[in-house]
Amino acid sequence: MKLVIAIIKPFKLDEVRDALSGLGVAGMTVTEVKGFGRQKGQTEIYRGAEYSTNMVPKIKIEVVTTNDLADRVVETIQQSANTGAIGDGKIFVLDVGQAVRIRTGETDETAL
Amino acid sequence: MKPLMKLGAGLGTLGALTLTAMPAWAQEAAAAATEAAAAVPVPDKGDTTWMLTSSVLVLMMAVPGLALFYGGLVRTKNMLSVLTQVFMIVCIAALIWVGWGYSLSFTSGNPFIGGLSKAFLQGVDGTTLAATFSNGVYLPEYAFVIFQMTFACITPGLIVGAFAERVKFSGLMLFSALWLTVVYFPIAHMVWYWAGPDFLPTTPGDYGLLWGWGALDFAGGTVVHINAGIAGLVGCLMIGKRIGFGKEPMPPHSLVMTMIGASLLWVGWFGFNAGSNLEANGVTAVAFINTFVATAAAALSWLLVEQVIKGKPSLLGAVTGAVAGLVAVTPASGFAAPMGAIILGLVVSPVCFLFVTTIKNKLGYDDSLDVFGVHCIGGIIGAIGTGILADPALGGQGFFDYTVMPAVVGTYDMAGQVITQIKAVGVTLLWSGIGSAILFFIVDKTLGLRPSAEAEREGLDLAEHGERAYNY
Repeated sequence: MKLVIAIIKPFKLDEVRDALSGLGVAGMTVTEVKGFGRQKGQTEIYRGAEYSTNMVPKIKIEVVTTNDLADRVVETIQQSANTGAIGDGKIFVLDVGQAVRIRTGETDETAL
Repeated sequence: MKPLMKLGAGLGTLGALTLTAMPAWAQEAAAAATEAAAAVPVPDKGDTTWMLTSSVLVLMMAVPGLALFYGGLVRTKNMLSVLTQVFMIVCIAALIWVGWGYSLSFTSGNPFIGGLSKAFLQGVDGTTLAATFSNGVYLPEYAFVIFQMTFACITPGLIVGAFAERVKFSGLMLFSALWLTVVYFPIAHMVWYWAGPDFLPTTPGDYGLLWGWGALDFAGGTVVHINAGIAGLVGCLMIGKRIGFGKEPMPPHSLVMTMIGASLLWVGWFGFNAGSNLEANGVTAVAFINTFVATAAAALSWLLVEQVIKGKPSLLGAVTGAVAGLVAVTPASGFAAPMGAIILGLVVSPVCFLFVTTIKNKLGYDDSLDVFGVHCIGGIIGAIGTGILADPALGGQGFFDYTVMPAVVGTYDMAGQVITQIKAVGVTLLWSGIGSAILFFIVDKTLGLRPSAEAEREGLDLAEHGERAYNY
């Protein structure tokens, strides 16, 4: 099993969700996050006071998938979250040791 | 220029005087003259209605207008502190006003301050009258007391913005009570007190210092805005900068609230300026339209300056420009013509913009919400501008010479008037600047002015009031 973590632009969330559902991905966890990369921040000016916000709002998606689906999940996120502009985000893939469905006690791939 | 009644003496001649003022009626009414001469003048219901409506509008400027305008500009953790400060200043000022404020401001005394003959409103009841600007026209005295009360309520509230986010509630309340007594009432007396149009000819010299000099201040540019603006500057210098000023971001927590507040200020300001005519007539409409167009022009010119210098027009810029325009047109509202008021509005914003962006940053003082840069500087531009725009040669209304009966339009000397205006500004800056410095010092040494660093870090809402503005 793999954990796919994707940091994307907030307005791309629906597209990514729809694309992953089409692949048969049955669930995901979404978090509103802040951070920075090459995109840097923006400048805000209130009367005379200038503030550079160096954190940009993003969405973090976490999807746990079977090993054979992982590559296609990564590929799908990469395509559906892409705008071609700076700040599109990143995808990380990690190995997962164990999974349990709390309601039934099913384990690993049957729990996904 | 707000007169006060001096009733009691001279009432018997009043009816006759009224008739002299209206010669067309004099002949027709000659038969009734003897009877009328003995009668007490009856206040006009329209005037009374307008003054009570205006009073409500000015109260709305303070709560919730000013409170929201300021509240939106501070950080979330200090929102309630600002709202509480403005709200409670209004309450305390109202009580002090009927206690000794009205008497000290609007009874005969010396050129600097009135007496205590009407302290706790003794001698004032539903039948006593207050003078207006016209011979023989009177208001119920309570209506005048109430209208002026709303001015005393909002003025100390304006000062709060200069040291928002770092002032102790108890100290501020004590300061406000002292400031009204030592600074506001004397200046109101100096600028606005006079015996009234029917009495000045018989009691020459019965007026406040600046009124006697001939300073023109229709609705309170000196008394309210320059007065509060310089007190704010002194306060923010004496209290010191906010912890983290210049190092941490301190952006406004809700410009939505600020926009709502600024809009309420604009609407309420019609009561403030047009109400200051004390009657509902043509000059009231002049003050009204000037208040409208000067504000629009000032908001526009602030945005144009921002567009050119920063490349983006901001909402905060628009509402700040509007407030600057309102401040500037306040002393001029009943004297200027609409086109003059537009020019005043166009001029005031770039100057205030320079103060709040460049000069404040260069000098490094932490006037949190730009009370000095907008109210004091805007007030000074307005006071001097009034001297120019009141000139009948520029379409202005000129001024009335009340030393003769009935009052006539005086001969206007623009250069002389501008010098008088500058002198009035100087007296206000000195009186309020020095008086405020002494009072801040006294409060700092007794109740204390600044909360602990821990309280300031945590936010004044929780530390001082035990509440949060938003729970979600």
